[in-house]
Amino acid sequence: MLALPRSSRRAGGLIGWLNNAHVRAILYQVLTAAAIVLLGWYLVHNTVANLDARGMSVGFGFLDASAGFGISFTLIPYQEGDTYSRVFLVGIANTLLVAIISIILATVLGLIIGLARLSDNWLIRTLSRTYIEILRNTPLLLQIIAWFFGVFNLLPRPRDSLSWLDVFALNNRGFYMPAPLPGPGFEFVIAAFVLAVAFAVGLKRWAHRRQDATGQIFPALPVGFAAIVFVPLAVFWVLGAPLAWEMPELRGFNYQGGLSVPPSFCALVVALSVYTSCFIAENVRSGIQSVSKGQHEAAASLNLKPSWTMRLIILPQALRVIIPPTISQYLNVTKNSSLAIAIGFPDLVSVWMNTSLNQSGQAIPIVAMTMAFYCAASLTVSLIMNQYNRRVMLKER
Amino acid sequence: MEGETLDQAPAHVASAASQERIIEMAGVNKWFGQFHVLKDIDLTVRQRERIVICGPSGSGKSTLIRCINHLEQHQEGQIVVDGNELNADVRNIDAIRSEVGMVFQQFNLFPHLTVLENCTLAPIWVKKLPKAEAEDIAMGLLERVRIPEQAQKYPLQLSGGQQQRVAIARALCMRPKIMLFDEPTSALDPEMIKEVLDVMVELAREGMTMLVVTHEMGFARMVADRVIFMDQGEIVEQADPETFFNHPQYDRTKLFLSQILAH
Repeated sequence: MLALPRSSRRAGGLIGWLNNAHVRAILYQVLTAAAIVLLGWYLVHNTVANLDARGMSVGFGFLDASAGFGISFTLIPYQEGDTYSRVFLVGIANTLLVAIISIILATVLGLIIGLARLSDNWLIRTLSRTYIEILRNTPLLLQIIAWFFGVFNLLPRPRDSLSWLDVFALNNRGFYMPAPLPGPGFEFVIAAFVLAVAFAVGLKRWAHRRQDATGQIFPALPVGFAAIVFVPLAVFWVLGAPLAWEMPELRGFNYQGGLSVPPSFCALVVALSVYTSCFIAENVRSGIQSVSKGQHEAAASLNLKPSWTMRLIILPQALRVIIPPTISQYLNVTKNSSLAIAIGFPDLVSVWMNTSLNQSGQAIPIVAMTMAFYCAASLTVSLIMNQYNRRVMLKER
Repeated sequence: MEGETLDQAPAHVASAASQERIIEMAGVNKWFGQFHVLKDIDLTVRQRERIVICGPSGSGKSTLIRCINHLEQHQEGQIVVDGNELNADVRNIDAIRSEVGMVFQQFNLFPHLTVLENCTLAPIWVKKLPKAEAEDIAMGLLERVRIPEQAQKYPLQLSGGQQQRVAIARALCMRPKIMLFDEPTSALDPEMIKEVLDVMVELAREGMTMLVVTHEMGFARMVADRVIFMDQGEIVEQADPETFFNHPQYDRTKLFLSQILAH
C-alpha cells in the first residue's frame, strides 16, 4: 500500500479542519455576512433610537406640504406655494438640463480636441495637449468658481450687453436668446421631420439590401441626411413659416422676454463641458491609437478607400475603446453637476438636499430620494452601456 | 509546365526569360530620415516568376516589397507594375493595388469581422460584387487554404497558422496578379509554419507571381525561381536557388548563409 503524503496524515483535528481550503472559503463568507448584518442592525437601531429621543417622525407625508420658497431658475413651471414633491421634480429637471447640455458640448469639444491631439501639425498638437493637461489636472470645483466669479459675474451690465445680431445677449444677469412660438400648422413640420427620419432609416436598409444583391453602392447617408434637413424645411415654407420668435428686449434695467439662463448656469455648463472634454479627448485619442497601423495597411493593400477604411475598419474598432469610458464620463458629468451648489445654481442637490432638507428636517427621506435619483440615472446609463459593450465585444477563443 | 519545373531551378529561369515583365524597378532609392534604406535597387520580375528575398534584419527587404504596393513611398527611381507607373497619381496607385495582394507578418486580419466577412469586405466594396457572389468566391478560396469550416468564426478564435491562411485567402479574393509575402511565417509557432508554407507552395504551383520575404530556406529551394540576397539596402546577389545555396559568390552572402543554415 502507498504511504499517505505527510500533509494528509496530519489533517485531523480542528487545526486540520481550518486549513481546508473549502472550509476557509465558507468561513470567510459567513464572517463577512455576519459583520454586515451587525453593522446594519447597529445603524438602524441607532437612528431609530435617536429619532425617538428627539420626537421626530420619518415618512413621506411632507412631500405634499407647501415648500414656500422661491427658486431662481426653473425649467418646469414652479411657484412659491408648490409642494415639496414639485421642488424635487424642479431639481431633477434642472440637473438633467445642465447634464444633457454639458454632455453634448463636452462630446463635441472632446472629439475636436482628441483629433487635434493626433494632428501632424506641431502647434495644434501642442495646444490641445496643453489644454488637456491644464484643465484635466486642476479641481473641477476650482474651475466652476473661476468661471463664475472670474468670467460670467464680470460681464457688462445689461445696457452694455455683449450682443450678437441683436438676437443673443450676454451680460452679468445671464444669457438671453429668442423663444420659439410655434404657430398653427407647425405640427405638420414636426410630422414631416419624423417621416423624414423614418425615410432615412428605411433608405439605409434598402441601400444595404441592394448592395448585398447587386453590389451597387448607394450614398444612403448623405441622401438620408439631406431628407431630414430639407423635407421639414420645405413643409415649413409651404405652410408659410408657422413659427414666430419672441425676442429678448432691453426694458428698464434688464432684458425681458425670450429664453434666458442665469450666469451660474452658464458657468456650470462651461466648466463641466470644458473639464469633461479633456477626458473625452483622451478617450478619443487612445481609441484611435488603439487600432494598429497594420489595420490601415491591410485595408490599403486591399485598395479600400480611406473613407471606407475609417468607416468599416477603424471606427468600429476605435468606438469599442472610446465608448465605455466616455459613458462613465457622462455619469461623472451628471454627478459633478451637484457642485452647482457652490455658485448657487438651483440643481437637485441645492434645492432638495440643501434648502428642502433644512426647512423640513426630513433628512432620511430626502437623502434617500436624492441618492435614488443619482443611482437610477447612473444605473440606466450603465445598463445601456453594458448592452452596447456586449454587442461590440471582440470574440476571442 | 509549372509542376515539373518546380524542382529544376535552372530550367525555369530560362523559361521565365521569355515571359512578360510585370514589375520593373529602376534606380529606386529610399531614406527613412537619415537612414538610407534602399540603395539603387534595380529589379525586374517576370510574370509567373517566384522570387524569395532574404537578408539580415534591417537590410531593407520588407521595405522593398512594401514599395511595390505603395505602403512605403520611394523617393528616387522608377517603379512600374504591369504597365502602371507608381507616382503621385492616385489612379495609378489604385490600379496597382488592385493587382497586388499582400500578406503580412502579423496577419492584420480585421478582428471585428468574421473570417468570411474579412474575405468578402474588399470584393464587396472595391469590386462592387453582390454579397452572394463575393461569398461564393471567398468560400472557394477558404477551401483552397483548407479552412472552410472556420468561415463564421472571428480571427482571434483561430490559431496563428489558420489566421495567416485566412489572410492569404483574403488577399486572393481580390484576384491579384502578384502576391507579396512579408515574412509570412515569422510570427508563427514552428508546428504551424508548414501549413502556411504548404498553401504558398500550392499557390506557386498554380503560377502566381510571388515575391516572398522569408528565412524559410527550404521553401526557397523548393519553389523559388530566383533568390535575392539583400544587405544594407542593396541587392548583393541574385541567382537560382541551386547556384545561390551551393555556390554563393560574395562573402556577405556566404556569411549570412552560414548563419542561417547553421541550425
